Amino acid sequence: MNKTVYLDNAATTRLSDAAFEAMLPYLTDGYGNPSSIYSIGREAKNAIENARNTVAKAIGASPEEIFFTGSGTESDNWAIKSAANAALFAANAKKGRHIISSAIEHPAVLNSLKNLEKNGCEVTYLGVDKHGQIDLDELRRAIRSDTALITVMTANNEIGTILPISEIGKIAKQHGVLLHTDAVQAVGHIPVDVGEMNVDLLSFSGHKFGGAKGVGVLYAKKGLLLPPLLHGGEQERGRRAGTENVAGIASLAAALDAALTRLPLSGVEQMRNRLRDGLLQIPRSHFTGDPTNRLPGIASFVFEAIEGESMLLMLDQCGICASSGSACSSGALDPSHVLLAIGLPHEIAHGSLRLSVGTDNTDEDISYVLEKMPGIVARLRSMSPLWNES
Amino acid sequence: MYSDKVMEHFTNPRNIGELPDANGVGEVGNSKCGDIMKVFMKIEDDVIVDIRFKTFGCGAAVATSSMATELVKGKTIEEAMKVTNKSVAEALDGLPAIKMHCSLLAEEAIKAAIQNYCERENKVL
Ligand SMILES: Cc1ncc(COP(=O)(O)O)c(C=O)c1O
Ligand SMILES: [Zn+2]
Repeated sequence: MNKTVYLDNAATTRLSDAAFEAMLPYLTDGYGNPSSIYSIGREAKNAIENARNTVAKAIGASPEEIFFTGSGTESDNWAIKSAANAALFAANAKKGRHIISSAIEHPAVLNSLKNLEKNGCEVTYLGVDKHGQIDLDELRRAIRSDTALITVMTANNEIGTILPISEIGKIAKQHGVLLHTDAVQAVGHIPVDVGEMNVDLLSFSGHKFGGAKGVGVLYAKKGLLLPPLLHGGEQERGRRAGTENVAGIASLAAALDAALTRLPLSGVEQMRNRLRDGLLQIPRSHFTGDPTNRLPGIASFVFEAIEGESMLLMLDQCGICASSGSACSSGALDPSHVLLAIGLPHEIAHGSLRLSVGTDNTDEDISYVLEKMPGIVARLRSMSPLWNES
Repeated sequence: MYSDKVMEHFTNPRNIGELPDANGVGEVGNSKCGDIMKVFMKIEDDVIVDIRFKTFGCGAAVATSSMATELVKGKTIEEAMKVTNKSVAEALDGLPAIKMHCSLLAEEAIKAAIQNYCERENKVL
């Protein structure tokens, strides 16, 4: 059994052809240090600045608002920790140390916030409804005179829900509060424009849309005096020192360019809908997340009376790559905080499955999953003390 | 992450099912990580002559359930009470450290089933 059907594109993607091509020169003869004065150094510098222009244009920003980082996680950490540090962040000098976020953020955001809480910040986590949507009135009520930052993700990685960032941005503006959004799952998958979204800070990551792993972007609106993350040389205008990952940065920009030409991802969405309709034929299965405001590629389910990791192992035996928010699949004790936040009981949240479709997938891939999945669910249910046919 | 033996027991679990004429039944749940195991034993003259189980849980939970039932089948209840999650894990060529807690399930379920039998038979172990 050598067949591989990759349906975990929300975890990471295959390097796109365009990204691979864009990297090659800087992995071979174009090895110069971008800070050096001679030609191969200048060429590397140009590659970075061209990439910055491409990225800026792609999200409606200007090049000086784009900072390259080492991951989406790094961008999230940088944005959140900067905004919370009133003394360092000029725009926030008069603000306090209160932050508003949501209950369904990625650990890169949640654990940054937890760390800030340990250091004297106060965080309000907005709950979500069964679709994973926050209540905008609750957000309004949560804003205080000392609120320094709102950080809410653009789209959720587990259930695909797209949040109304533009509306949140309007509210933030009215109250003079900064807004950061983790757009790691959104960029390259749905249109992202920092102006339309009314955001001050936005994070994303190249490997979610065909770029190399280990490269991220932080957008920081002009006028925000983003404090340096790493002190050292003058790279990234002295804010993030360290010799740049030239090939990675070039790959991110090329991948983003290529990804945008494929929007809207209607083919991906059709495959996603086939997965949804097909797998909902299985009794006592449920589709999670917002039915309409959702990422095109994410098909997320819970199957009653079976456990996620067991499903993943059986899918793996058929060559199908997927993921789950069950406790045991992550080595944690509790099932995913996102599934609990949308109100699923513990034992049902354990039976979660996420299939994330990408542009490399085919209709045959979907047919193959639809053919294998009912048998896997039936087999696990036949072994489950929680299952009774009724 | 799992040994071949764990995967083999996960793929082909031994003693799956229920026993309608069981005289020792144990059900334990690890409410935290969510795994649940139910064991059915047929005990004659303090010897476990037949055993079945059902498990809701991860690969480690299923494989340790399967191996534990194999280890106690044909044993006296006294011998069976000595089976620990460590010995089950060893018989499976080991488990990842973060999965050791999943293997407690099988040990506890076996003990619960034997206890249930003793209660029914008015025995003290
Ligand atoms: C919503 C979200 N935020 C942040 C991250 C972290 O990105 P990275 O893997 O680049 O650190 C991910 C991906 O795992 C994600 O899905
Ligand atoms: Zn487990």
